[in-house]
Amino acid sequence: MFPFVLEKPDSTEDAIAAAAAGARYIAGGTTLVDLMREEVERPERLIDINRLPLGGIRVEGEHLVIGALARMAEVAADANVQRLQPLIAESLIEGASPQLRNMASMGGNLLQRVRCPYFRMLDAGCNKRTPGSGCAAIDGLNAGHAILGTSDHCVATHPSDVAVALVALDATMRVRGPQGERSFPVEELFRLPGDTPHLEHTLLPGELIVEIRVPGGPHSRRARYLKVRDRASYEFALVSAAVALLVEDGVIRQARIAVGGVGTRPWRLRDCEAELVGKGPDRQAFEEAARLAARGARPLRHNHFKAELLPRTIVRALEMAGEVA
Amino acid sequence: MAENPSELHLPGPIMSRREALQVTAGAVTLAALPPETVAATSSSPAVVKNDMTLTMTVNGRIHTLTVDPRQSVLDVLRETLDLTGTKKGCNQGACGACTVLVDGKRIVSCLTLAAMHGGAQIETIEGLEKDGVLHPLQEAFVEHEGLQCGFCTPGQIMSGLGCIAEGHAGSPQEIQFWMSGNICRCGAYPGIVAAVADAAGRT
Amino acid sequence: MSASLIGRPLARVDGRAKVTGTARYAADFNQPGQLYAVIVSATVGLGRVMDVAAAEVERMPGIAAVITHRNAPKLPYLPHRAVIDPAVGERLHVLQEDNVRFYGQPVAIVVADTLDHAERAATALRVTYETRQPLVDPADRRAEKIVPEAATRARALADRSRGDADGAVAQAPVRIDETYDIARENHNPMEPHATIAAWNGDRLTLWSKSQYLVNEQAEIAAVFGLPAENVEVICPFIGGAFGTSLRTWPHVTLAALAARHVARPVKLVLTRKQMFFTTGHRPRTRQRVALGATPEGRLTGVIHEGMGETSRYEQFMEALTNVTDYLYSCPNVRTQYRLAQLDTSTPNHMRGPGDASGIFALESAMDELSYKLGIDPIELRRRNEPQIDEAENKPFSSRSLMQCYELGSERFGWARRTPKPRSMRDGRLLIGMGAATATYPAFHAPASARVRLLADGLAEVEAAASDMGPGTYTSMTQVAAEFLGLPPEQVRFRLGRSAYPQTPSHGGSWTMASVGSAIRAACLEAQAQAARRAVADTRSPLFEASVGNLEWSAGHLRRRGEASTGLSYQDIVARTGAPVEAEGSAQRDPEVAERYSMHSFGAVFAEVAIDPDVGTIRVRHIVGAYGIGRVVNPLLARSQCTGGMIGGIGMALMERTVLDLRDGRPVNAHMADYLMPVNLDIPKLEALFVDEVDPHVNPLGVKGLGEIALVGTAPAIANAVFHATGKRVRSLPIHIEDVLTA
Repeated sequence: MFPFVLEKPDSTEDAIAAAAAGARYIAGGTTLVDLMREEVERPERLIDINRLPLGGIRVEGEHLVIGALARMAEVAADANVQRLQPLIAESLIEGASPQLRNMASMGGNLLQRVRCPYFRMLDAGCNKRTPGSGCAAIDGLNAGHAILGTSDHCVATHPSDVAVALVALDATMRVRGPQGERSFPVEELFRLPGDTPHLEHTLLPGELIVEIRVPGGPHSRRARYLKVRDRASYEFALVSAAVALLVEDGVIRQARIAVGGVGTRPWRLRDCEAELVGKGPDRQAFEEAARLAARGARPLRHNHFKAELLPRTIVRALEMAGEVA
Repeated sequence: MAENPSELHLPGPIMSRREALQVTAGAVTLAALPPETVAATSSSPAVVKNDMTLTMTVNGRIHTLTVDPRQSVLDVLRETLDLTGTKKGCNQGACGACTVLVDGKRIVSCLTLAAMHGGAQIETIEGLEKDGVLHPLQEAFVEHEGLQCGFCTPGQIMSGLGCIAEGHAGSPQEIQFWMSGNICRCGAYPGIVAAVADAAGRT
Repeated sequence: MSASLIGRPLARVDGRAKVTGTARYAADFNQPGQLYAVIVSATVGLGRVMDVAAAEVERMPGIAAVITHRNAPKLPYLPHRAVIDPAVGERLHVLQEDNVRFYGQPVAIVVADTLDHAERAATALRVTYETRQPLVDPADRRAEKIVPEAATRARALADRSRGDADGAVAQAPVRIDETYDIARENHNPMEPHATIAAWNGDRLTLWSKSQYLVNEQAEIAAVFGLPAENVEVICPFIGGAFGTSLRTWPHVTLAALAARHVARPVKLVLTRKQMFFTTGHRPRTRQRVALGATPEGRLTGVIHEGMGETSRYEQFMEALTNVTDYLYSCPNVRTQYRLAQLDTSTPNHMRGPGDASGIFALESAMDELSYKLGIDPIELRRRNEPQIDEAENKPFSSRSLMQCYELGSERFGWARRTPKPRSMRDGRLLIGMGAATATYPAFHAPASARVRLLADGLAEVEAAASDMGPGTYTSMTQVAAEFLGLPPEQVRFRLGRSAYPQTPSHGGSWTMASVGSAIRAACLEAQAQAARRAVADTRSPLFEASVGNLEWSAGHLRRRGEASTGLSYQDIVARTGAPVEAEGSAQRDPEVAERYSMHSFGAVFAEVAIDPDVGTIRVRHIVGAYGIGRVVNPLLARSQCTGGMIGGIGMALMERTVLDLRDGRPVNAHMADYLMPVNLDIPKLEALFVDEVDPHVNPLGVKGLGEIALVGTAPAIANAVFHATGKRVRSLPIHIEDVLTA
């Protein structure tokens, strides 16, 4: 690990000022410490933000508000989260181990780095880690990689589970930086790799995630997260789907579908959603909609199966959501 | 063959285009790092003293420690305090062998920087036995064959304490789900589940 | 002490140490003044080290030494080869030359005052290579397939044949001819390899993870050119090994080398990633099995051709095709074993070595044949049950395979199974049931042990054995207590020091057979010595009695047939002063070994549930029934078996080390990416033992258990996957993508 100076500011302002000067935030450390040990990350200054008042979970009218420092486990166990947005709780407990969920913050979860093995290898080309060094995955082993949103420069999958749920639920986030505060949809946090895969998110220098706001609604109750993987637990998704349905009088009025494990960012499928609206919540409708999911997919040598698994996962998740009383 | 039984993989450079030379600058650290960083590393191996002094309560004992901020709680326990009961299985947060309780919560100590936990209350496997009497969960692990080689056992037990405290030991299935952050390569899982269930019932 | 201790479910005697964190594994033996060493691993797959910028990192904080082939001393590397080392080839000589033979080979070692300093410097060290293109794919046409030279010496045979297998298969009315692949697996024990080395003059102490202490001692002595007695290896606990710690790998040499270089104790622990480089692996294999049968299901011809990967510098052999020689009755059988030499490190034995891989091919093929014939898979095996080992033309010392099938199928509920594939469902899920045979040789190797009877009534028992988890501490305590007639609390069994009496490696399921028999012999010898003392002691009530007229009962010596309590060990030792100390050794009678074919057998049943939409495969139930001779401790034996089944689930459905063919690097050298079963993957597991008495294998009547516990599980699961889906997957592991479109 590269040597670094650790700072522990007491105020958000001090933290932001330090970060604007080039320091890195650290909360749970589950991603950062791991990558620092491999020297994939080499921050020289770290700002421990755990003293900042950015925790807590509350309800504001229709919105569930989750502090950026709230831990994954804390959010998953929260009564309001379970009541108002069970999809979030479900996606959280399917992600990481109980120990990691006790450590990892919500903000850190959204900003976690990719799991591409070559990203972690200093002796492999990786445009994300070292711009211009090439992508060892495109011609290497890529069974776990993305089929949507890829470029000739990067094919790494975004690994977060809860981000998929938040994108499906139209969550927004509030961030604070040297220029003050702003809010935007969580979906807009994530960039496509394009020819700048080292730029992963849209935060400006020094910006700090303050909270995540999730709008409620009747769709939230018929919402499920399905994570498909070879091991029953403690594995990143091959494919995952967060879906929510609003069904009235036997007709789908509203549908939300976002998928993980297949995209270079959490992937919302608005075409599939549109296809469902106005139809009955039955398997045929689900299959017709899911067929659109892998349109435009660019499978790699070893991950063709994801194009097949993706629609199947969506169908199954929709069926599960349909079964929710 | 294992990855692609049916096709021959054409060999090509795995290294970056920049490095595609017959003689590669090997510690490809170089290739991976922006040039200015490399320059800084090789020209100034200056001693950076970032050490921090902090106190940490381990199993009820207060320790005042000077730590390198890079040190994990795991390394401080094992190498500084010689509390070697907590094990380093992967040092990647992916096996659970290093699980301890920090302020009552189970965490993996390999990914936890000690310098961020000044003032923390840490409980490790060494602190469970009181006056020669085993904790009920320790007893249950022996009784139910919740171990074989014993290497993951301290982490399993600390994780089990967390699992019980969190209220996730209601049924064998629930225990299996909430104990899946601790790998046991010997496969003592059935005994581990039985031990956690038994101890949860006793407490 | 009336009831026998052997067969009792004694709780682990080391359980308390393990649940309190006081059991010390290699890396737990911190030494005063110890420095930390970190290995720098090659980042090319083949080539030569051109330059090492050591000076750059020598100036970094805390660095005590940077050792490379340029400044490392030339080590003697005297010839030394143990039974667990490949019989052909030469071990890797570390830091002795500039050659890089495989990706991950150690090219330097950095020693520093703290682990963080050592790790930083190891990452920063710039090594320049001249690179060549390595060949790492055994399926590549350019990969040379060789006949293993050692085939006559080792258990594995290159070619074996009886009758005319090819002709018989060609003419058979019913035929199966298929190819089966198994991925490379890494042992991935929870405890990384670790060595702490400390020199005192020319004497070396190693606290080192090893399944074979006396060989580690001999190997390091040979590498450094020392008398063996100058090296002591200490390893009281092993955090799982499964074969990876049988050999003494280069890191042990590196730790000793570094410690000598800096004249301080040095601790060296491999990173999890490095555990995929130089400490062996289950080799990738490709196997062809061809079966010919009559419509009634009698095998008429069997061909089994297997190929395993090995390195360029050693020929690693395992018993890949051996099971086919003796498992079923058939007049025409041909087996063949070849190696593909590649630019990788040398494989080594992993739980159920050879047999676990070979039986996946054979038992998958038998299952395929059963469907082709329309005969129940268990019935098919019954119709081909041999009377003798037809390859050796010898009787089995014992063989309870059919009893295992009966007992297991009853418990498993095989009768519920409907034969047609895809015919069983539970709601939306496809259910499949499969079965497979398990077998493993009942080995035995010469071993010795020491017993010391102390004045306080305790018995100390010592052997240079190991306990990587099966419960050697406990089971050997039982054996000693049994033959001394003492309660187990009065027996202290010690292992884990190379200075103790010599034992074979802790592997191959021969620890109980070999060490247990030696302990028995040592106990009997101690009793004989104690009796001689009693009759020679003028103050003893047994003075001048004839030893032949005495008997031991419950740890007391008395005249045969006499009702008195007699003399305890304590009585005898206390009266005569010094403790009684006796050594005993045991080995299999060569004549008996020549007369019988000795193997364990078992039947494994698996039920799987497969989601037809998304392809997830979950095992629901496994039953294993085993004929392993005498069971010393049923509690430990069941744990061994269920643990082996879990290993088998990993082999069947998860484990594979994926190499990037461009340079041979393992791409998933990470605990999160090399999948092994977690708690939630574990189904109902049941281990049953048939009553089996085998008077021939050894005086204890034990046939060994650790290896067979894994063998058979993977094919049972694979066969269940076929039954559930109708899709035959002939390569392991079976993943979601393999059954998605079934």
